[in-house]
Amino acid sequence: MTETVITHPENHEPTEFTLAMLDWLPWLEPPAEAALTERQRVSLVDNARSKSSYFRLLARDPDILEARTRTDKDIFYNTASGLPRAERELAAAATSRTNGCIYCASVHARHAITYSKRSDDIQRLLATGVTADLGERWNAIVAASVALAATPIAFGPEHVTRLRAAGLDDADIVDVINGAAFFNWANRLMLSLGEPAQTVGIASKT
Amino acid sequence: MNGADVIDTLAGLAPGSPLAAIRDRKPVTRDQAQASYRALFEPAETGDVTLQERFAVATFIAGLHAQDEAAAFYTAGLARTGPADALVGALSAEIANGRTTGPYGAYPKGPLTEEDVPGLLYTATNRAVLGPRLGAALEHVHMLVFHPRDATPPALQRLLDAGWSNAGIVTLSQLVAFLAFQIRAAAGLRVLAAMGTAP
Repeated sequence: MTETVITHPENHEPTEFTLAMLDWLPWLEPPAEAALTERQRVSLVDNARSKSSYFRLLARDPDILEARTRTDKDIFYNTASGLPRAERELAAAATSRTNGCIYCASVHARHAITYSKRSDDIQRLLATGVTADLGERWNAIVAASVALAATPIAFGPEHVTRLRAAGLDDADIVDVINGAAFFNWANRLMLSLGEPAQTVGIASKT
Repeated sequence: MNGADVIDTLAGLAPGSPLAAIRDRKPVTRDQAQASYRALFEPAETGDVTLQERFAVATFIAGLHAQDEAAAFYTAGLARTGPADALVGALSAEIANGRTTGPYGAYPKGPLTEEDVPGLLYTATNRAVLGPRLGAALEHVHMLVFHPRDATPPALQRLLDAGWSNAGIVTLSQLVAFLAFQIRAAAGLRVLAAMGTAP
């Protein structure tokens, strides 16, 4: 059977970075929820993700989806040591802003605000971009994330020196590296397997 | 293939070194990053993407990143699949043709258009050696490495037309996206390790 892409000519993609809740429309057919195999269900890790066309599409290769999801959750949610959650989310949002993933940036900008309460700074990051002045500690984290997102990678000793001067220890810096590096993974899946959509009837929430 | 942690290997971290010890504090991150590598490069079933295709694409990606350790690692992986000399040569030529700097690309027309950055639109030239599947894959992978915001449905249609299945495209997309993570995590750790313990 010949497979074809799905297009969404009626969709009006968001044309700016936003804190609004966005939807995501796949370009390849995900398995129907009822058609998920047991292995695919387990690979979603959270049962609720069976409602998401993004995760159901990724479940077409369940082994890498499950490992991806468990990597993601530990990098961001395991705060027993290392960088505060807010600054991991900042690294994710800054990476998404520089790579150009409007969907990912919206999600992680909201998380960054939830955990930092610094709504004005995060809104400036979205509106102005990665050169926005967010105070030296956040500027250092954003600059490191942007350098790590470049290909070839532009992250160097000067970024470590700046992060250390801003008060981060090496465990914190490892968390910046992992959080920023992970969003180079997430951004590429979100950007290339479907498109963001503005939702109707869901109020913008932070 | 032994079970050595690939990120430690690429970053040059010895067991028990200060940064390896910091990584050890988050065993789930370490183990699941390694499980991700195994899912893509030591899969229980290769499914719709052969092992040689996986390592050929990885060799191309590592070469585009100009990271010597990753390039050597994935080139060695490709060698284990018994590639034709012509394939190895073609990949080297494609890496040289494809090297540029990213991220670049265009946004949906609107306020962000002023942030559009033009860049190389790469096409594979050694298609006779690469074949239709790998030729199409390298072009898609190049976009994902350097200008992922240019992705469109027709880009996926070109993969389907070249013989890639839906599941195969998911695997290919995960492969390039995962390597974008793994190569960066290792490069960042290598920089940090070279600076020694914080004063």
